[in-house]
Amino acid sequence: MTGNAVSCEQLRKSYGDVVAVADLTLSVERGECFGLLGPNGAGKTTTIEILEGLLTPDAGEVEVLGLRWADDGPALRQRLGIQLQETQLADKLTVEETLRLFRSFYTRGRTIEELLKIVELESKRTSRVGRLSGGQKQRLSLACALAGDPDLLFLDEPTTGLDPQSRRQLWTLLEQFRSRGGTILMTTHYMDEAEYLCDRVAVVDQGRIIAHGAPKELIARLGQPKVTTHHGTLEDVFMALTGRHLRDE
Amino acid sequence: MSDPNVVSGFSRTSLDPPVVSGVSRTPFTGRPLVQLTLARMREFIREPEAVFWTFGFPIVVSLALALAFPSRADRPVAVGLYPGAATESLRSTLKGSHGITIRDVRPDDERRALREGEVNIVVVPTTPPTYRFDPAREESRLARAVVDDALKRAAGRPEPWTAQEQPQEVAGSRYIDWFIPGLIGMGIMSNGMWGIGFGIVQARMRKLLKRMVASPMRRSEYLLAQLFARMVFLPVEVLLPLIFAVVAFGMPVNGGAVTITIVALIGALSFGAIGLLLASRARTIEAISGLMNLLMLPMWIVSGIFFSSANFPAAVQPFIHALPLTALIDALRAVILDGATLAGVRSELLVLTIWGVVPFFTSLKLFSWR
Repeated sequence: MTGNAVSCEQLRKSYGDVVAVADLTLSVERGECFGLLGPNGAGKTTTIEILEGLLTPDAGEVEVLGLRWADDGPALRQRLGIQLQETQLADKLTVEETLRLFRSFYTRGRTIEELLKIVELESKRTSRVGRLSGGQKQRLSLACALAGDPDLLFLDEPTTGLDPQSRRQLWTLLEQFRSRGGTILMTTHYMDEAEYLCDRVAVVDQGRIIAHGAPKELIARLGQPKVTTHHGTLEDVFMALTGRHLRDE
Repeated sequence: MSDPNVVSGFSRTSLDPPVVSGVSRTPFTGRPLVQLTLARMREFIREPEAVFWTFGFPIVVSLALALAFPSRADRPVAVGLYPGAATESLRSTLKGSHGITIRDVRPDDERRALREGEVNIVVVPTTPPTYRFDPAREESRLARAVVDDALKRAAGRPEPWTAQEQPQEVAGSRYIDWFIPGLIGMGIMSNGMWGIGFGIVQARMRKLLKRMVASPMRRSEYLLAQLFARMVFLPVEVLLPLIFAVVAFGMPVNGGAVTITIVALIGALSFGAIGLLLASRARTIEAISGLMNLLMLPMWIVSGIFFSSANFPAAVQPFIHALPLTALIDALRAVILDGATLAGVRSELLVLTIWGVVPFFTSLKLFSWR
């Protein structure tokens, strides 16, 4: 295909009668932060897990960093950092032990010292994972994803459930990863997160991409609020496209 | 942090030649298999309950059983007599006899006392006396013989002759000696299955398995590490109750430590593999517990932990001997009590090996990482 970090064409995945992903095509350029945006159940997680090689699509082509899962799985895994939704790391291990474990899987990568410094957990080195706060756990999880010094990060709802301060802290870490040339593909249902972090977003609904582009451009095109009490946001974009709120759970 | 280049975390230190380390140059502790094994071991020793059930429980059980079943030689039979004048002559006769303890039993309480084993026989003062006992119980039959002998002798029965008695102390013939290898076998079974099954199901519930396979970790190494972490504690698990029994009860150990350890190791691998198989699909603790109990309960009963599996009918013996716990306990008894060699227990080891290999490869096929 191309020199894209990620590209996929006509992805399709069903669970019985439920179509989770329907003919989804997207590409992520090297060095950008790309966001998959949509409500719960839109098919974001299924999509990202197919791209991560954890699920096999029913149909469609996937290429990650110019490689294919079927041919180059192990080599590809060495170059990716992955953070899943809702992973709970082992409570009884310490921060340092957890990092050593994950670091051991990569043939090259960062030292434990570097990882601790990056995610600002140096003072928690000997703490048990079970005793960390939500934000600290999420940063540790990010550090595990960064252990192999990846070219590409996959993040599935990285800040869900975090307090505003912890979210900000995580955003800063992700910006730093970008600033040294890393590529990010993330899912989120937070509009402000996508606007803040992402160069481009794809709005996903019912397994399809219903709009994509730069956040500002989408807002300018579709997101003019009907009542002008605030600036246009991606929330307004989603409203304009579907007539529904993004998080009408 | 000594590297001055690393100021804000991401300033591209990795443009410097990355710390490439081929597999051969990776230090021992940096290898995934070692790290995975260490992680599992740490999780185990940091769980106080698990440590107690593995190491403390066998000792508590053997102590309790040693108290409940003291050596049988000097254990008198318990004879129940109704209180009152009617039993007075029986009472004085039996009191003078060796190996008999007399307990008062009210007629309305008789059945309960027999059932609970408080008395092994009730002697009713009829002429001649009536014996009430349960012929299905060994102790009751023994009590009947002892009482009958004492009463007839007191009634003036002539003795045709008196045999010469030569008491023999047969090493390992006491119940506690026989029981300890069974207890060790039971421990190897339950620790192997719970230890491996629980850890895996928990990791699956926490989505940790999925996270692990999202990294470049090799799946087979993860599974092997679960088995290895089990092996590390095995010598302690086997030797602790053994040493305890030697010190506390003077139990004879006739087999070599190496032979005993090898048998235990093969047993632990088999049960670990079975645990792996049961855990390959289970998604909840309830599901795995149900599966474990379903498999372990029959073996607790038939495999000869508490009483000999020879008690079961001949028709089911082939099935009983095909069970992994029967094979393990038989082999442990043979090497510990009789000093058998590995060649001497090869058929048991073969059974165990089959129970290890088939479940392991089946679980590799079935295992769900999600």
